[in-house]
Amino acid sequence: MSALAIELTEITKNFGNVCANKDVSLKVESGTIHGIIGENGAGKSTLMSILYGFYQADSGTISVQEKPVQIQNAHDAISVGIGMVHQHFMLVDTFTVLENVVLGTETGFSLKKSLETSKLELQRLEKEYHLEVDINAVIDTLPVGLQQRVEILKALYRGADILILDEPTGVLTPQEADHLFRILAELREQGKTVILITHKLREIMAITDNVSVMRQGEMVAHLKTAETNREELAELMVGRKVLLRVDKAAANPGKPVLTVEHLDFTDASGVHRVKDVSFKVHSGEIVGIAGVSGNGQSELLAAITGIQPLQKGMIQINDESITPASKADAATMRRFGMVHVPEDRQRMGLVTSFSAKENSILGYHNDPAYNGLFEMDRDAIHSTCQRGMEIYDVRPNNLNLRASLFSGGNQQKLVVAREMERDPDLLVIGQPTRGVDIGAIEFIHRQIISMRDAGKAVLLVSVELDEILSLSDRILVMFAGQIMGEVLASTANERDIGLLMAGIKQEAA
Amino acid sequence: MWNDLLLILDATLRISVPFVFAAMGGIFAERSGVIDFGLEGKMLGGAFVAATVAYWTQSAWWGLLGSIGIGIIFSMIHGYASITKRGNQVVSCVAINIFAMGLTVVLANAWFGMGGKTPQLSREARFMSIELPYAEEFRDIPILGDIYYEIISGHSILVYIAFLMVPVTAWIIFKSSFGLRLRATGENPLAVDTTGISVNKTRYQALLLNGILGGMSGAYLSTAHLAFFVKDMSAGKGYIALAAMIVGKWRPYPAMFACLLFSFLFAIKDKPEVFDLLKGIVPVKLLNSFLDMSPYILTVIFLAGFVGRAVAPKAIGQPFSKEK
Repeated sequence: MSALAIELTEITKNFGNVCANKDVSLKVESGTIHGIIGENGAGKSTLMSILYGFYQADSGTISVQEKPVQIQNAHDAISVGIGMVHQHFMLVDTFTVLENVVLGTETGFSLKKSLETSKLELQRLEKEYHLEVDINAVIDTLPVGLQQRVEILKALYRGADILILDEPTGVLTPQEADHLFRILAELREQGKTVILITHKLREIMAITDNVSVMRQGEMVAHLKTAETNREELAELMVGRKVLLRVDKAAANPGKPVLTVEHLDFTDASGVHRVKDVSFKVHSGEIVGIAGVSGNGQSELLAAITGIQPLQKGMIQINDESITPASKADAATMRRFGMVHVPEDRQRMGLVTSFSAKENSILGYHNDPAYNGLFEMDRDAIHSTCQRGMEIYDVRPNNLNLRASLFSGGNQQKLVVAREMERDPDLLVIGQPTRGVDIGAIEFIHRQIISMRDAGKAVLLVSVELDEILSLSDRILVMFAGQIMGEVLASTANERDIGLLMAGIKQEAA
Repeated sequence: MWNDLLLILDATLRISVPFVFAAMGGIFAERSGVIDFGLEGKMLGGAFVAATVAYWTQSAWWGLLGSIGIGIIFSMIHGYASITKRGNQVVSCVAINIFAMGLTVVLANAWFGMGGKTPQLSREARFMSIELPYAEEFRDIPILGDIYYEIISGHSILVYIAFLMVPVTAWIIFKSSFGLRLRATGENPLAVDTTGISVNKTRYQALLLNGILGGMSGAYLSTAHLAFFVKDMSAGKGYIALAAMIVGKWRPYPAMFACLLFSFLFAIKDKPEVFDLLKGIVPVKLLNSFLDMSPYILTVIFLAGFVGRAVAPKAIGQPFSKEK
């Protein structure tokens, strides 16, 4: 075994009653790429925040380059050679690349000298690690891939030998992710140590040398990547066997249920978000909309589901046409047979301070079934919620618990139960498994497939390409507000979709 | 006509001084992410303390120092409430303004018994006009000589300090290391924290400068512009300075020009020519009130979009906390 870059011994961290890390030990060899995998909430980010001095561990020790260290804050972490690329970039949008890199390392009262000396150093680093970025560009004019590069440069500029990347591919296209992996391999060549935190099995298999698996705050396994496989890792993450592939029969599409024609949307700040989008969803099929987050998917969803008033274009659900003049809102859409599981369950799907029971009729609260002469029919509400929670296996099975106290996966099941149990003709579902644990993902995926098999039309929007590929029958790819192309799921491959996601039209092949 | 114009511009300059001091102070605070509605209170407190200390010590400079002291005390109270205790910044500012309004009158009554006024200051205890070198000699040069003599020369030292503060503020904000951190703190405090700099310390430093400038704006009112403190002396000038800062989009030079523009309106509103000009448009009965309102109306018009969208520092008003 070569030298250890990092050694964590029995790290424990509690937040109130919640134990985020319990006796976690970790050894990272110098000059390797070490993956840490686990579900959302498994404690990966907390562990890395402790290593970077953002939180203090309640107990346990940290050694860096085989010397015990105390890391009280980011400054300490930087001084022992640890650099971090955060999931949400820590960049000042209105500053230039150079200013962002210099920030915190300036010497002297005048900025000029610091900027001049660091300019040369930064240019040297860009050359050495092949991380070219225009140093005078303002951050918010750069695409996310380049912003991430700036984050890496920032860490290297501060002399980092150990680089921690927290879910770095969440905002990248598959091609950009591949490029990032090449950069990481290059860094390893140069003797740097890289820690990659992710919940994506594919990334672990693609790039890491060693992998540690976390589950519910504990470290459950340390493995050599070459000696393991996706199935084993998934099982370790969840604690039981899971089906990674979704089994489904061929689709049997019928008549069109949702027709969208020439839909255009411009947001309040005047940005043209959705550009002339047209498509159809038939009964008995799942149409997936793929794309990197922020390419108009959210706005398209909002327009289709009536959350935003329709500005231009036409929507048809079954035989009902909706134009900008019809002033349809979300309730109208529901009446026409659509249900909607929104992208952001905490902001749009639930009132988190309400109980599960109250949430179970949200949006249907004016339904005569729930309303008596003066007050709401509590028994009816109770039985609706009870049934939903049983069928969808929501845990804990407590109708009076506040929605905010359920885990992400169970919150999502509450929303899914409410909407799917309405027996709609059309299901519109955004990011069905964002922040949801693998067990619940499997369950929600099966529910979506069974909706389709029951002859419903499903429109699925997700930024998880794997999810789109495994569920959809047809795939539309969005880029910069436009539909770049359509692919049949049976013939789709990641590379082609990746190109479309990056806005590159394929040659007619 | 030429002479009138010179006099109006001269008055504009005098009127603008408290605006300029306060607006520069506001820029420091808000660029670091701390809202400052409390300029009004600092100005009022500064005016009272400056007049009182100057009267007791018979020295304008001690008065100035006192006003700086009270400005710092107020800004530190604001800092403690809004940075350390993460309270609501607007509420903290409003509290400071009301506190200043009441305290100054109570203390003035208790100490001097003149109905909320402080005694008239002697020449030694206030900042007198200074004639710049060669003002008389250059007077014969057409136009430039007049401008030098009437507008530029013949103000108190605080006027020159105020306008010196503009390039100083601009340099600190945009050209110094401290300014880089200050701006970053106002835009993305988490990013600052991850580089190992203390967000709260940077904000306190910004508030220190804010308090100094806020206090000085008050000293000008009571020891240079007038020679005593009187109840409610600031009369909303702190809010005008805030508006000028926003119209200037949190930049020192544009904010200074906004201060000058508002001051120009104050300077001309009492001129008979303006009165005659507007007589036909506005009913005579309302004209005086209308003229009194005009700087405020213009402020509203400017803020309502005349200058385009003013984009505030992104993290303004948000107390910094790692736990979100």
